[in-house]
Amino acid sequence: MTGTSPPADVRRIGVAVPELLLTGAHHMCPGCGEPLAVRGFLEAIQALGVARRTIAVAGIGCYTSFSMTTDVDLVQALHGRAPSVATGIKRVRPDALVYTLQGDGDMVNEGLQEVLHTAARGERITCILLNNGVFGETGGHMTATTVPGQRTKNTLEGRDPTVHGHPILIGDLIARLDGAAYVARGSVHTPGAVARTTRMFRRAFETQLSGSGFSFVEVVTMCPTGWFVPTLDGPTYLHDTLGAVHVMGELKVDGRVRSTEELRAENARAEADAARRLAAGGLDEVP
Amino acid sequence: MSGAVRRALLEGSEAIVEAAVGAGCRFFAGYPMTPFTELLEHFSRRLPEVGGVCMNAESELEAVGMAWGAVAAGARAATGSTGQGLSLMEEALSEITLAELPLVTFLMARGQQDYHQATRGLGHGDTRHVVLAPVDVHEAVAHTRSAFEIADAWRHPVMIYGDYLLAHTRESVTLPTEPAVVPDRPWAVDGTLGGTGRSRLISPLGFAKAGQHSPGIEAHQRAIAAKQERIAAAEARADVGACDDAETIVVAYGTPARFVRAAVAELRRGGHRIGWFRPVTLWPFPGDALADAAGRARRVLCFELSAGQLVDDVRLAVLGAAPVVPIGGISTDSSGFGVGRLLDTEVVATRILAAHRDEPLPPLPDSGGLP
Amino acid sequence: MSTPRGTVTIDVEACKGCALCVPACPPQVLSMSPDRNRAGYHYPVLADGCTGCAACQLICPDFVFEVYRAARPAGVR
Ligand code: SF4
Ligand code: SF4
Ligand code: SF4
Repeated sequence: MTGTSPPADVRRIGVAVPELLLTGAHHMCPGCGEPLAVRGFLEAIQALGVARRTIAVAGIGCYTSFSMTTDVDLVQALHGRAPSVATGIKRVRPDALVYTLQGDGDMVNEGLQEVLHTAARGERITCILLNNGVFGETGGHMTATTVPGQRTKNTLEGRDPTVHGHPILIGDLIARLDGAAYVARGSVHTPGAVARTTRMFRRAFETQLSGSGFSFVEVVTMCPTGWFVPTLDGPTYLHDTLGAVHVMGELKVDGRVRSTEELRAENARAEADAARRLAAGGLDEVP
Repeated sequence: MSGAVRRALLEGSEAIVEAAVGAGCRFFAGYPMTPFTELLEHFSRRLPEVGGVCMNAESELEAVGMAWGAVAAGARAATGSTGQGLSLMEEALSEITLAELPLVTFLMARGQQDYHQATRGLGHGDTRHVVLAPVDVHEAVAHTRSAFEIADAWRHPVMIYGDYLLAHTRESVTLPTEPAVVPDRPWAVDGTLGGTGRSRLISPLGFAKAGQHSPGIEAHQRAIAAKQERIAAAEARADVGACDDAETIVVAYGTPARFVRAAVAELRRGGHRIGWFRPVTLWPFPGDALADAAGRARRVLCFELSAGQLVDDVRLAVLGAAPVVPIGGISTDSSGFGVGRLLDTEVVATRILAAHRDEPLPPLPDSGGLP
Repeated sequence: MSTPRGTVTIDVEACKGCALCVPACPPQVLSMSPDRNRAGYHYPVLADGCTGCAACQLICPDFVFEVYRAARPAGVR
């Protein structure tokens, strides 16, 4: 049901539900960041005009509910195992655009070796990580990307590196592998970050289609349920905790690895720029 | 065998690879492990020659994942390992069964201690794989082609249970040269249906795309179980010899069955009424055929190179109609990969004769410690 | 009243009431309604002054907003 209807003399600049979703309805919690990333990569596929040669592989996590509603051919894999399944698909169908969708528990805990080997092999696929630093589906437990101090159901006083170890910065790790051609870490805590992440998806897919190697997009997403914060505090919590450790930016472009300092400086400029453009009335390059 | 053939003297591993390539297998992924390694070596040489792909996977976990993807994308594909490596693959093998993917797996076992693993479903859940256990290289060639055909016919995984002896024995074999007929796979993902509203989903969970019929987990798992019952009724195969007047029947599978056959022939020449029974499929187990053969016997012996795994299925088939006596045991060489001193026709014959006479079995021969 | 620069449609029944759209709107023309949709969630309502910037669409996890801009920007006509 539409609550308001548009006046006549207007042009539509964005559809509500991404065209590559069979339905916009989903079972994600209010304020969840994962659907924003899903919109981003589906719109990037649409913009590149490759929906009819795309094959997806999904891991197991909250986002798995999109396996049923994403309108591209899809193989449902096991927890942790999507990159090797995608490898088999790509080697059999080299002309397809093949992407995987995994969470941090799936990729960085259960299946860490898979994504590293796949990247090192320079497999011409795109791996997408939705990183919220928590097992959302089981109710908020520590993962390998949980940041120091972050409270989870099994680190009630916050992750203590002396007891629970340090988080893995998976994007940085992958960027250092020769087979990885494009590595980026996006975020969905502001509209500007969502738009930037969508551009990262597009570049990652273009990298795959050009045949130059493995591409990787990590997206830091809100999980208000697993973080035990009100939905409205999700973006700020993301920015101040996970975002401070898993720093947003393009970590590797054209074979050049970029430092965290470089990314922080770029982010400060980008945030100022987005704020200025939004105040001026719009993000014109929004897909 | 009909149609064009070629004869060649090949080691078991190479013969299996030639048969797989001839059956249209165009993707293989594996991780080296004795005695499976040669299979990987031959695939890595042969598949590129025919436009296929062989992946030197970084682990068994990844090998089975790659094969999963390749089958889902519509290729005839296979993977394999030893029992140890298959232990690592089990989670995926169960899910592949639930996803109804026709994967072929080569278990090149270190002996016969992986019978339970092979026949009890390879992992979690109510899943079973069809398991073919060739007795020699000649039969391995035939089984390899049937494995791909059975897998496609049922959309269900099929395993070949081989071993060290099979992998490393050289035999003159006959290979079919007519190209295999690979059926259409409209269910396979090729990427062409994105954005049409009819895109495909290959899921072990019984879920379908929004707007399509989705049976749900329970109904899906029941459907797989029902399919497995139909497979069990249709695919059980056995090889039987000299059982008609036999007082004693010796059950054995795989390459050791060759030794049992030779030992029984020897004892027959000595006038002993002994026959042999070889399950060709380990799952489905040819229980009806065994019950039939055992109905007239005084005892059923079970020879296997393990502490006793096949014997469970033998007991279930015979159901108390005759005593079941295990006469095998653990026997490996000092490396643990190869064949121990128990696998010797004379040793086997001695044990059969003792059991046939209801005498105590001689102690198991020791194969010695580390070299 | 001057020609609006943009507007949005709001799929009220799809909304899960997270309120992320409210602070994300640069001219602050979205606010949460005291009313609830059928699922029981408060949903946003639009006041005058939308610029059609699409920030709400980008941040909404439930695909609630469709965004429109004036065919000829106000002031150019
Ligand atoms: S638990 Fe977290 S990740 Fe899962 S749907 Fe809820 S908010 Fe999203
Ligand atoms: S962001 Fe979307 S779901 Fe959340 S309150 Fe606004 S319209 Fe509703
Ligand atoms: S389009 Fe921009 S100005 Fe209009 S309601 Fe959405 S966020 Fe506010």
